[in-house]
Amino acid sequence: MSDVYVMGVDMIKFGRFPETTVPELGAQAALMALDDAGLKIQDMQALYCGNLGQASAMVGQRILQQIGQTGIGVVNCSNACATGATAFREAWMSIKAGVNDVVLAVGVEQMGKGLLGGAGGGVGIPKEGLLGSGTMPCVFAEAGMEHSRKYGTTFEQFAKVSVKNHHHSTLNPKAMYQIETPLDVVMNAEMISYPNTKLMCSVNVDGAAAAVLVSEKKAKELGLSRAVKVKASVLASDPFTDRDLTMPDVNAVTRIAAKQAYEMAGVGPEDLDLVELHDCFATAEILHYENLGLCADGEAGRMIDEGETALGGKIPVNVSGGLLSKGHPLGATGIANIYEVCTHLRGEADKRQVEGAKLGMTHVIGLGSACGIHILEKVA
Amino acid sequence: MSEEAKSGGPLPVVDWLKGAGTDDPYLEGHKCGACGAVFLGERSTCSSCGARDQIAPTRLSTTGKLYSFSIVHRSFPGIEVPYISAIVDLDGGGTVKGNLIDIEPDPANLEFDMPVEVVFGDALGRKDKEGNSYISYFFKPAA
Repeated sequence: MSDVYVMGVDMIKFGRFPETTVPELGAQAALMALDDAGLKIQDMQALYCGNLGQASAMVGQRILQQIGQTGIGVVNCSNACATGATAFREAWMSIKAGVNDVVLAVGVEQMGKGLLGGAGGGVGIPKEGLLGSGTMPCVFAEAGMEHSRKYGTTFEQFAKVSVKNHHHSTLNPKAMYQIETPLDVVMNAEMISYPNTKLMCSVNVDGAAAAVLVSEKKAKELGLSRAVKVKASVLASDPFTDRDLTMPDVNAVTRIAAKQAYEMAGVGPEDLDLVELHDCFATAEILHYENLGLCADGEAGRMIDEGETALGGKIPVNVSGGLLSKGHPLGATGIANIYEVCTHLRGEADKRQVEGAKLGMTHVIGLGSACGIHILEKVA
Repeated sequence: MSEEAKSGGPLPVVDWLKGAGTDDPYLEGHKCGACGAVFLGERSTCSSCGARDQIAPTRLSTTGKLYSFSIVHRSFPGIEVPYISAIVDLDGGGTVKGNLIDIEPDPANLEFDMPVEVVFGDALGRKDKEGNSYISYFFKPAA
């Protein structure tokens, strides 16, 4: 089976673009990724498109209607917040299978404002605020409090995640926000669902990201100087755990995916130079330090206290600003984080560059649940 | 139409709340005879072990312990806040999520594993389009 390389990858600056359509946003990112690869839409043999909001509306084809209807096969996919990673992985798999040599993957989303999730619905009466809360800030607060119960993790430690990621985003011109948020500002922001304040919730933004994936043969033809090798691509679903029915378990699904990814890549967490993980809420990032093996179980609070995951630390996490400040356009996130890691491996991340980065990981969680992990390696 | 609706009594908030409108409401689980996993709501196949046709109804306990929680300060329009969204492990099996009432919604008042009991009452005055009232379950600190 051929190795697979990212030859081109890019994202639009995340923001709010109510006047632009979803296919237009996707088309912008697709053209940027093609330019980055030095290729044309006529060179693409297939398109894998990830989007949630218009999952039944042929977004991939409508992107081609913007940039070139070449007749290639299009797969539209949706997998909650793992949608972009799933599209990327389907593209990867088509090359692994020997079906294609050059393919395009696009993730795109247009978001409204406000809370996501909500308990119940369906028949009868609304269950939100009656049978607890199904809002995303609450679901991830409850997951964070499970960590507190086990290890004594504090509100302040969760809040420090947000301070770090907002700081990182001041160095990323493509992030939604570039604003420092000191600890007291984060902790005193409007409480949404304890312990998640407003500044500890990901930002709903519009965005798009795209990648051109190629086979080894094609990569050598095109030149390897900026190529990034896909060392592992894994997708897992949630195994049964005891509290599944009331508490989506984002830990077990991540641990399954991480184990497979490390095995596939033949590396361990200690080999990673940077990680972009799914900080949909500040509480979630803490859990994933342990789930991804960046530290031992129970060490995540210490890890954030000691700055090990900040830029310049032992293993920088979410130097893009993460979902908390770069923003979280659901279907685009799983390719935007691949853009971030590739940019560091190429040595092109400017002020936020992780020095000497050779190996990086991306991680997303789609609640319900899906976990997508990619491990990427510098080639030249 | 359910028996409760025909009789004009309150409807259950979820189909696994049984005995709505009687003096003996309770929560019903469905337990896998092969692996012991407890589910809420009827089903024929176990998603823990995959066993088929071994699931039997079981009456869930009215006592349990607080496993995890959040205090919800912002919800959807019209939902009264703040309130405590609680995850409770019931004694004897089964985990249920609901509002924890009769205690100030302040993290200082809440302890993991604090004992709670399941109580039943009107669903905060909420009615469906036909004007039916509902009975819900709540948690409150054990006496």
